[in-house]
Amino acid sequence: MQLSNMYQEVILDHYKSPRGKGLKEPFGGEAHHVNPTCGDEITVRVQLSKDGKTIEKLSYDSTGCSISQASASIMFEQVDGKKIDEFNQSSDEFLAMMQSKGNFEPNEDLLGDGVSMIGVAQYPARIKCALLSWMAAKDAIIRANGEK
Amino acid sequence: MTTTDLKHKLDIKKIQLDFPILSREVRNNRKLIYLDSAATSQKPQVVIEAQNNFYETINSGVHRGAYYLAELATDAHEKAREIISGFINIKPDQLIFTKNATESLNLLSYSFLNATMKAKNGIAMDKRLILNPGDEILVTELEHHANLVPWQELCLKTGAVLRWIPITDQGILDYSKMGSLISNKTKVISVSHMSNVLGSITDIETVSKAAKSVGAFFFIDACQSVPHMPVDFNNLGADAIAWSGHKMLGPLGIGLLGATEELLSIMPPFISGGSMIETVSMEKSTFSKAPRKFEAGTPPAAEAVGLGAAVEYLQNIGMGNVHSHERHLTKLLLDGLKQIDGVTIYGPTDDRDRGSTVSFALDGLHPHDVGQVLDDMGIAVRVGNHCARPIMDKLKVQSTTRASTYIYNDDSDIKALIDGIEEVFRFFGRK
Ligand SMILES: Cc1ncc(COP(=O)(O)O)c(C=O)c1O
Repeated sequence: MQLSNMYQEVILDHYKSPRGKGLKEPFGGEAHHVNPTCGDEITVRVQLSKDGKTIEKLSYDSTGCSISQASASIMFEQVDGKKIDEFNQSSDEFLAMMQSKGNFEPNEDLLGDGVSMIGVAQYPARIKCALLSWMAAKDAIIRANGEK
Repeated sequence: MTTTDLKHKLDIKKIQLDFPILSREVRNNRKLIYLDSAATSQKPQVVIEAQNNFYETINSGVHRGAYYLAELATDAHEKAREIISGFINIKPDQLIFTKNATESLNLLSYSFLNATMKAKNGIAMDKRLILNPGDEILVTELEHHANLVPWQELCLKTGAVLRWIPITDQGILDYSKMGSLISNKTKVISVSHMSNVLGSITDIETVSKAAKSVGAFFFIDACQSVPHMPVDFNNLGADAIAWSGHKMLGPLGIGLLGATEELLSIMPPFISGGSMIETVSMEKSTFSKAPRKFEAGTPPAAEAVGLGAAVEYLQNIGMGNVHSHERHLTKLLLDGLKQIDGVTIYGPTDDRDRGSTVSFALDGLHPHDVGQVLDDMGIAVRVGNHCARPIMDKLKVQSTTRASTYIYNDDSDIKALIDGIEEVFRFFGRK
């Protein structure tokens, strides 16, 4: 069944037991993103280091399908506590993978469990679900830096 | 009608053979099980052929030439108008071809805006079309965005106020609230005949009477009713009815507006240009009578001809038969869904009160995931907010899964969906 390409065990595991879910204080920037076709929503908060170069704390809360939920959980694991440069590299790699229609050798160092999402790239209707949390995190970081 | 009357006489296997797309395979070489006819219906071979035949044998500009082919094309276009108007029992001149129901509804709403603006410039317009700040437009909470946003826009431009008949938490229109929402300020009432999300059918007689009592125009969004049940315009007590050809076996790109002769005579044009005028000078123009007044530009004649063929196909089956067959399927579907643990049905749960469009939820699972697993089995259902976001808010859900049928669906399609839902629960596990 092709379906198991999309719903890999790792994804279902993140969906059923999401890591790091729940909004935390304090935070320097927050972004709320919605997917208008299905109503999926996510809020991402980030607290940056004083020099603005490191994500000291990332937290989120979200509702939506298994793909958007698992993607948020995987992103949290991958980027919480990381440098913004590293976040950007991971985020760019994830976007490239999603736009690849599945023809891609994802870099596990950059994506962690996110490599399991390669199957989603074959289903155009679901790419937005996977990208929602990354886009919201990017916005939250921009806002946190703007607040300084 | 009791359920025993619902023994349908139609030979569905034979009907299925008329629809080429139903023999194709989809994901994983599965047979296509199409349960999304509320979004758009499939097309029988006769419709595809009628449209092709237009291009192969008579293609030319309709209403724009004195040569042989132009005459044939014009005749075919007007013949289609005759067939389609007869289908809802109005005269051909009462039927306007548009692009889709959305455009038909915009034609109506823009008539008020255009009349109001022209009147401000001293051009004589029928008073009933002129909106003043504080005038009211009434819709319902279960409208498709196509019968909501155009009226919101009209209110923003004229200062009129939008009101709506609410739905209960079960998704049923609350007519008890209607009395207090209608007054002599009400200028327009526009409601859907059948909800494209909940399948519930509006009590048209009650709303029509209320509209009459205050002299408001009464419009019906009939997108989900005309394709699925017998509809006679003269029994609706409406001033206009809008629907789409592509949801009733016809081609994409053609919609309909049926209206009273009186309304068509007082409404100013919507889109203007060629084909809708009588005389034109550099200073000013005069307009043709309906239907031409509302059909500016080169019309989609092949689509009209294709839709004419679709209507004849439905008439051969008989709309009464279409309706009973779909009630039979609705009952099967509702009974099947009720038997699965963890399924919630939205809208009426008795097949007597509704059409065959059924929205539901699987406990703890997101419709996107439900739709994806069903898709893997070749089953096409719609997931999302179905262009009716306010209903989602009322039901307190983000989106729903929706199955909808037509004459080419049979008992095995419903069984496949019910089995499919069990499979979805197996795949993700129950909450
Ligand atoms: C009830 C209802 N109204 C309006 C529409 C709009 O129809 P169309 O998209 O063909 O203009 C639809 C279908 O999408 C519908 O189901």
